[in-house]
Amino acid sequence: MSPENTVDVTAGFEMVVGLEVHVQLKTRSKAFCGCSTDFGAPPNRNTCPVCLALPGALPVLNAAAVELALRVGLGLGFTINRASIFARKNYFYPDLPKGYQISQHDRPIAEHGSLDIGLTVNGAPRVVGVTRAHMEEDAGKSIHDRYEGATAVDLNRSGVPLVEIVSEPDMRSPEEAGAYLRTLKQILLYLDVSDCNMEEGSLRVDANVSARPFGQTTLGTKCEVKNMNSFSGVEKALAAEFRRQCGVLVAGGTVQQQTLLWDGHKNEIRPARSKEGSSDYRYFPEPDLPPLVITEAELARVSATLPELPAARRVRYAAMKLSEYDVQELTADPATGPYFESVLQLHADPKSVANWVNGEVRANLNESGATWSAVSLAPARLASLLDLVRDGVVGSSAAKKIFAHLHASDHSPREIAEREGLIQVRDDDALAGWVDAVLAENPAEAARYAAGEKKLQGLLVGLVMKKSQGRADPKLVNQLLSSRASG
Amino acid sequence: MSAQATLDMSAAATAAAIAAGNVAAPDVAAAALSRAIGDAGLNAYVTLASEADVRDAAAAAPAGLLSGVPVAVKDNISTTSLSTSCGSRILAGWVSPYEATAVSRLRAAGAVIIGKTNMDEFAMGSSTENSAFGPTLNPLDHSRVPGGSSGGSAAAVAAGHCRIAFGSETGGSVRQPAAFCGIVGVKPTYGRVSRLGLVAFASSLDHIGVFGRTVDDAALGLKVIAGHDALDATSVDTPVDDYCAENGRPLAGLVVGVPTEYFPLTLDERIRAKCHRAIGLLRDLGAEVRSVSLPHTDLAIPVYYILAPAEASSNLARFDGVRYGPRAASDDLRGMYERTRSEGFGPEVTRRIILGTYVLSQGHYDAYYRKAMLVREKITEDFAAVFSSGVHVLFTPTTPTPAFPFGSKSDPMEMYLSDIFTATANLAGVPAMSQPIGLVDGLPIGGQFLAAHFREADMFRAAYALEKSLGSEALS
Amino acid sequence: MAVSDADVLHVAALARLAIPAARVPALVRELNGILDHMAVLETVDVSTVGGDVRTPMPRRDDTVAPIRLNRPLAEFAPAPRDGFLLVPRLSTHSQLGASEGDE
Repeated sequence: MSPENTVDVTAGFEMVVGLEVHVQLKTRSKAFCGCSTDFGAPPNRNTCPVCLALPGALPVLNAAAVELALRVGLGLGFTINRASIFARKNYFYPDLPKGYQISQHDRPIAEHGSLDIGLTVNGAPRVVGVTRAHMEEDAGKSIHDRYEGATAVDLNRSGVPLVEIVSEPDMRSPEEAGAYLRTLKQILLYLDVSDCNMEEGSLRVDANVSARPFGQTTLGTKCEVKNMNSFSGVEKALAAEFRRQCGVLVAGGTVQQQTLLWDGHKNEIRPARSKEGSSDYRYFPEPDLPPLVITEAELARVSATLPELPAARRVRYAAMKLSEYDVQELTADPATGPYFESVLQLHADPKSVANWVNGEVRANLNESGATWSAVSLAPARLASLLDLVRDGVVGSSAAKKIFAHLHASDHSPREIAEREGLIQVRDDDALAGWVDAVLAENPAEAARYAAGEKKLQGLLVGLVMKKSQGRADPKLVNQLLSSRASG
Repeated sequence: MSAQATLDMSAAATAAAIAAGNVAAPDVAAAALSRAIGDAGLNAYVTLASEADVRDAAAAAPAGLLSGVPVAVKDNISTTSLSTSCGSRILAGWVSPYEATAVSRLRAAGAVIIGKTNMDEFAMGSSTENSAFGPTLNPLDHSRVPGGSSGGSAAAVAAGHCRIAFGSETGGSVRQPAAFCGIVGVKPTYGRVSRLGLVAFASSLDHIGVFGRTVDDAALGLKVIAGHDALDATSVDTPVDDYCAENGRPLAGLVVGVPTEYFPLTLDERIRAKCHRAIGLLRDLGAEVRSVSLPHTDLAIPVYYILAPAEASSNLARFDGVRYGPRAASDDLRGMYERTRSEGFGPEVTRRIILGTYVLSQGHYDAYYRKAMLVREKITEDFAAVFSSGVHVLFTPTTPTPAFPFGSKSDPMEMYLSDIFTATANLAGVPAMSQPIGLVDGLPIGGQFLAAHFREADMFRAAYALEKSLGSEALS
Repeated sequence: MAVSDADVLHVAALARLAIPAARVPALVRELNGILDHMAVLETVDVSTVGGDVRTPMPRRDDTVAPIRLNRPLAEFAPAPRDGFLLVPRLSTHSQLGASEGDE
């Protein structure tokens, strides 16, 4: 390896990142027409005069798209503009039927937000400024590799409602960008506005990245990186692009503003195909759509429907004296918490419920591929199982066996325990019988134990448990043996 | 009653005669079509329906205000039976797979569409000389233009093919040809008639309008197509007045404003005289006439010729050869776009796309588009001030000249200035209409009424009374 | 701000219009003639113009109810294939690549 390759070209440079996140809103119909938003229909099946841009067609705004955009705005703590303006962004591309995209420009629906991304720098929480969230419509899909010499256009996605969330250039590392994206996605999932599936394209990330020497306050020339299909892909792409730009600067060159594509297979960055040299979008207010007016009453109504967000839920769970790990696990997605709490209502021991939800229940869901909301295990059944453990009716390993039976059975945990013979035996006569038998069968150990060799107690308990086929209450067996030793 | 005779009857009378069984609707439609075919030399139509089709449509026409009444529709209003080519090569032969709301309402009212009328390409023009399918002749003088852009519809009504025809307006494209052809032309309030299916030129200025041989024909035509449409976000949900009920209402209590800016010193004295005669009649009829001022009137043309081309440059981007229409052969996407569009659009459309793209482009937007939007507000405020001062309608000349000869306006700006008295109503969105008020050099001159938003009834009230009072003087 | 030949060619490129070289001088002249008439707007005081919202935007219910086409897209599209709309590939798309939208 040559020395050049071992020199870190990024030394002395600071990364500056801003992110644009496109979020497909979960509506039944498109933003400006009544076509279905269903994913996976045959090409161009979900199209009409409006999203095909036939002559004379006109857009009419979907109320649900506004509602979801307001949820995003309010959930992220933005200022909501009481009157926002749709604008036309003009450019030619085969998957843009009208020759313009209906978007928002001067006056978006929401502005001036910020996001605590869950990291701390010098003891202070890292907060990223979020410039704006605006409503717009998606373009169709252009498929370049299917037909020789031709691009195939599918307009099913054309007109699907999006919210674009634009951050300030406030992030300084791939890790911060990743934390921003994970925090944002978690909140969007809680708000129930989007599937946020990067692979299906319902969440897309474009990154603006530049490099500058540490200490410099002005921004370097930024490049836009697109085409990442996972958050870790974003982190890798940022690192690669930063390295590329630093390399240019170290060599005495200047960074040229350009758009680059991340190739997730080769883990490399390459220049995007030209957008035909057009970057003059000639924005102007969309004359087919009057201003979007949001009344105080509407804001109040949407605010009232907002769910608890992850930060608030974490605070509440931490107050239950749960471990940091349990809090993170219970709040990772929106559905775990409600399940946890519905069990907790019936079995008021947060620690034991959290253990089970984060342990057996989650493992079972991961295995079955089910989701929290579709859990086949009713909270009442888990709670009554935990009651049995608490009351000493069954032991913890028996409880796990019972849990395994709960899914395929309508019987109560107690019924299963009885049927499977998993109820702990606490009857003194039965226990004494097993203890006597074990001591009789192992005279040498019995003698040593009687002579005060306490460390043999564990072995003897184990033998009693084995003899009882696991049914003996180990606590009582211990007590019984102790009394024999001292007696 | 012969079907032929109905062509000289009002639309309402024709509908009544058909409803009474005095004449058969298919015969009325065939008679209208036959007269249109006989006038083929006018080139008023891009497409005419077949006799079999109009007979079938007439036989099946539902009962309604226009049951069995033949009408013509401008070639930029989408119909599923006939082409909608907008006078352009780029849409030659295009048959829309969906129908304009106005057309659905016409058919529901029983109207029978005999043809799609010729127009300046994409409604850009004031003479119908810009059609890819050749110019339309003025039926009153074949050496002169019928006006535009809705020249074909105006000619169809003026030539007596039908009593009602539909056009579109962006800066005066119904009122100006109505004036040039000696008929009535109405542009309703913006939002009064759905634009769904009207092929957009400049969305914030586009309106569907109505031609009538008489005020009553126009009032009936508008009544049928007016009303809220949930499929047009700029359509307004407010009740539709019965415009025909204004017929015969006295003018006592009506305040008519005469804006000084529409009577400049340079106005043709003969046109001024015809206007003053009309104003005198309005006063005689009991109206109070006041001189008023709309100080920003002379800014209308500069504002209009920024905003309309800007919106057009965007609205016409969809004609790209990807989803419909002709496509020029090319191995390369860029080449396909450029060849398709350059071959498809005529010179005036190209000029306006270039102009509109320029005023929206980086570095020019604020000076042109943004400024024009603000000045447009000033023009709108002028109207609001006058109409809130107790004035019900304004009266002005419709055009600064009568119909001009073909080829006489080769400089684009000179042509644009023929919209000088009409573009204001499109910019402010207020209703306006033109009706014949006399002849100059044997050519008809239009007088224009304007009213406050959604006050079409006021305008019709004045127009009915003036029409009756003028009588045959309207065309003398 | 007078319009130049370069302006016209730039704007024509943005608008995807091929303007023959011979047509450019006339277009430049016409555009400058038209824009001269617009200069009057510079003198207008618009400081008092308010941004009142006249008619707020109506919204449609989120139901699947498209305006129906009376014949399918494939019957009127210039180059339909397997349900797709085909267009010539961008000249810059020289090699086959992953599918991706522009925006």
